[in-house]
Amino acid sequence: MLDSTPAALHAGAIPLLQTVGLTKRYGTFLANEAIDIDVWPRQIHALLGENGAGKSTLVKIIYGLIQPSEGEMRWQGETMVLSGPSEARSRGIGMVFQHFSLFDNLTVAENVALGLDGKESFRDMSARLEEVSRVYGLPLDPKREVWQLSVGERQRIEIVRALMQNPKFLILDEPTAVLTPQEADQLFVVLDRLKAEGRAILYISHKLEEVKRLCDTATILRGGRKVSTCNPKAETAASLARMMVGGEIKEVKATAHRQTTVPRLVVNDLSLAPDDPHGVRLQHISLELKGGEILGIAGVAGNGQDELFAALSGERLAQDPGTIVIDGQAAGHLSITQRRKLGAAFVPEERLGHGTAPRMKLSENALLTGHAASGMVQHGFVNTAATLKTVDRATETFDVRKAKRDPEAASLSGGNLQKFIVGREILRNPAVLVVSQPTWGVDAGAAAVIRQALLDLAAAGAAVLVTSQDLDELAEITDRIAVMFHGRLSEPMATRDASREKLGLLMGGSSLEQKEAAHAAGA
Amino acid sequence: MQLVLEKRAERSNTIALVSPLIAIGMTLVTMSILFAILGKNPIAALGVYFIDPLTDSYSLQEIAVKATPLVMIAIGLSLCYLANAWNIGAEGQFLIGAVAGSWLAVKTHGTDAGPWVLPAMMLLAAIGGALYALIPAICKVRFGASEILTSLMLVYVADLLLDYLVRGPWRDPKGFNFPTTAEFDPVATVPVLIEGGRLHLGGVIALVMVAAGAVLLSKTIKGFEIRVVGAAPRAARFGGFNSNQLILLTFAISGALAGLAGIIEVAGPVGHLQPGISPGYGFTAIIVAFLGRLNPVGILIAGLFLALTFIGGEQAQIAMKIPLDVTKVFQGILLFYVLACDSLILYRFKLVFTSPKVSSGAH
Repeated sequence: MLDSTPAALHAGAIPLLQTVGLTKRYGTFLANEAIDIDVWPRQIHALLGENGAGKSTLVKIIYGLIQPSEGEMRWQGETMVLSGPSEARSRGIGMVFQHFSLFDNLTVAENVALGLDGKESFRDMSARLEEVSRVYGLPLDPKREVWQLSVGERQRIEIVRALMQNPKFLILDEPTAVLTPQEADQLFVVLDRLKAEGRAILYISHKLEEVKRLCDTATILRGGRKVSTCNPKAETAASLARMMVGGEIKEVKATAHRQTTVPRLVVNDLSLAPDDPHGVRLQHISLELKGGEILGIAGVAGNGQDELFAALSGERLAQDPGTIVIDGQAAGHLSITQRRKLGAAFVPEERLGHGTAPRMKLSENALLTGHAASGMVQHGFVNTAATLKTVDRATETFDVRKAKRDPEAASLSGGNLQKFIVGREILRNPAVLVVSQPTWGVDAGAAAVIRQALLDLAAAGAAVLVTSQDLDELAEITDRIAVMFHGRLSEPMATRDASREKLGLLMGGSSLEQKEAAHAAGA
Repeated sequence: MQLVLEKRAERSNTIALVSPLIAIGMTLVTMSILFAILGKNPIAALGVYFIDPLTDSYSLQEIAVKATPLVMIAIGLSLCYLANAWNIGAEGQFLIGAVAGSWLAVKTHGTDAGPWVLPAMMLLAAIGGALYALIPAICKVRFGASEILTSLMLVYVADLLLDYLVRGPWRDPKGFNFPTTAEFDPVATVPVLIEGGRLHLGGVIALVMVAAGAVLLSKTIKGFEIRVVGAAPRAARFGGFNSNQLILLTFAISGALAGLAGIIEVAGPVGHLQPGISPGYGFTAIIVAFLGRLNPVGILIAGLFLALTFIGGEQAQIAMKIPLDVTKVFQGILLFYVLACDSLILYRFKLVFTSPKVSSGAH
């Protein structure tokens, strides 16, 4: 391991943080197995791995949230046992979580104050907050309430909150997952600066290009074990991916699309007020999707994608029937069941609790969406054989791995459950498929299966609408891409013309006004 | 060292089955302590409560008779609770059912009406109970009023209505001013199954309801909808199931069953309408529903067990001068333990030995 680390740079010095044989056991399951990593000051150290590789467990141990079963941590060469996150913070370990813990109805300053120990006055704290955010180029207005802020701004609060404790060691959990490419670039400037100040950063990500660009060292985990520590700049994205997955990932292949001439899904000037006070208002959304076509919707989370999904699926009804047309039928006023009968199928972002009832069996979850348009229900009685048959067919077609024939949904891994959900819908041969974040939190193998399934479905003549925050995914499978920002949808562009820069600008909302101005001038 | 509750990775099906038994065991221990404090021999008292009623035919029949309304009401309540609709007012729906059915019995009293009277009474009772249950359900769906409060408050309204009727318009003129209607005609009375015995047709109806509940929940799409709405509301909406509609439906069914139980009680063992026709069946049925794991067959067993406590309580009062209210104490403690033990399905106890190395700066 030492041969690939830039050990020479640190000759004679000791690592800031060292883990030695760190192991975490849950029953017989090893979440982390004998993990050794060294993190040095002035280093951005990537932690790479698929979902379930053990990244979260490892950083939770380092941040004192859980105790290791075996092994030890050394902090500046001395053994460290953490009783909890507050002790980790007092030693100089900070963490920015992927899911923010902020109160929507409180101001920025109030949220930051809640995360600190409260020894200084609120006024001093606010002043220091402004100071830190100015120095690091993370602009924040302490008096604004969180619900008014974008996701990028919310992340800034978390980062500033961590920086205000002046950490020597900062853990960032997938920080760019919610950012536009431009926002990510700004974040990298901040991280480079923190590194120059002599701090160490542990950077969790699965975006390989980003890791290659930013990080000095990468530790790759797979199945709870350390596979390798390497210099990511000396590797290719493909070689990093191979180490993460432990094999080649199947490439998805698009077959020739048979585009229909008549659109199968049309949205006409859809506007919808949110039913949640902090939700997003959908404004004048229009799109047209032909059979054989895959349209991608990019955008930073929380810009109206959830609201659009609810409106398309019929979980929320539109005022005017004509705003949503499925296969030539006005459907804006129809319930989700009626829309399914028209041949539409839906895959929501949240697998557990939305796409499935977690504590129910797969056969029952097949019934959840299959009851509308299939032979699963006869005269009000459930045909259990038919529901089980759907489970078996989905299992076979999409390689769903499970412990028994018909387990509870919650017992499946994320990837396998997602394959089941997508399979359940595709097996109904839908005319229109609306799918949100199809491979979110899914391992690379399952993601390839799902993307291929979407391509095949489109090739067979269905219209597919994919919402995703993963631009690489959209580039891989879509024909056209539109961007959602503040409840508005941009004009779709051909995927081959959609550069990251163009999409990033639209995701940040900056070019919308120009576009509108151009539109007005042209009219 | 401290005792903490730790979330289980998966729900424990073993505990789900055993938890009612643990709860019963802990209740018996608590009751023994209570009996000892009252100065009674706990073993003897528990014997009178739980063993003696099982030894003679009269008591056994009486247990079945008492279990009949408990099981019928609890079947309906279990549907509500599975759908996350909290009907606490079954007692009121039971009384309204009794009143609605008795109306026909009072009207046809002394006429030579045919055998259609009893079925018609049952139908009226079911409709009356359902409509009465729909009041809190509609308030919930339409205005967001807590169905727990409204359904509970309507119990007292029903109680006073019954009281007014038997003291006023429906009072038996030959009844020496007692607050009661006249004894129902034979055509308005639930027939007994064995001549001279206590078992009546209501027991059969209760068994039919158990079977119907089991089929509804496990075989039909409606039963599935009820279970999904309670277990995963968002997934249910995604499935296209309307939770408001299901609240109305489950309240109506449970009101109808409670109302039916009410008229069967009045036209069966009691024989006329009077105040105090229920020793709290509607409330005890809540315990039955949970002790039976909201499962129809479980409810049948739990109903028989709680009926035993009513009979045992009466016998203990006679034999050992133990106050009748001890039965209610018993039922209350039982519900408490049932709900407490249920947390063990998703959680487990764990002893945590805190390491001596913990720094003082923590937390």
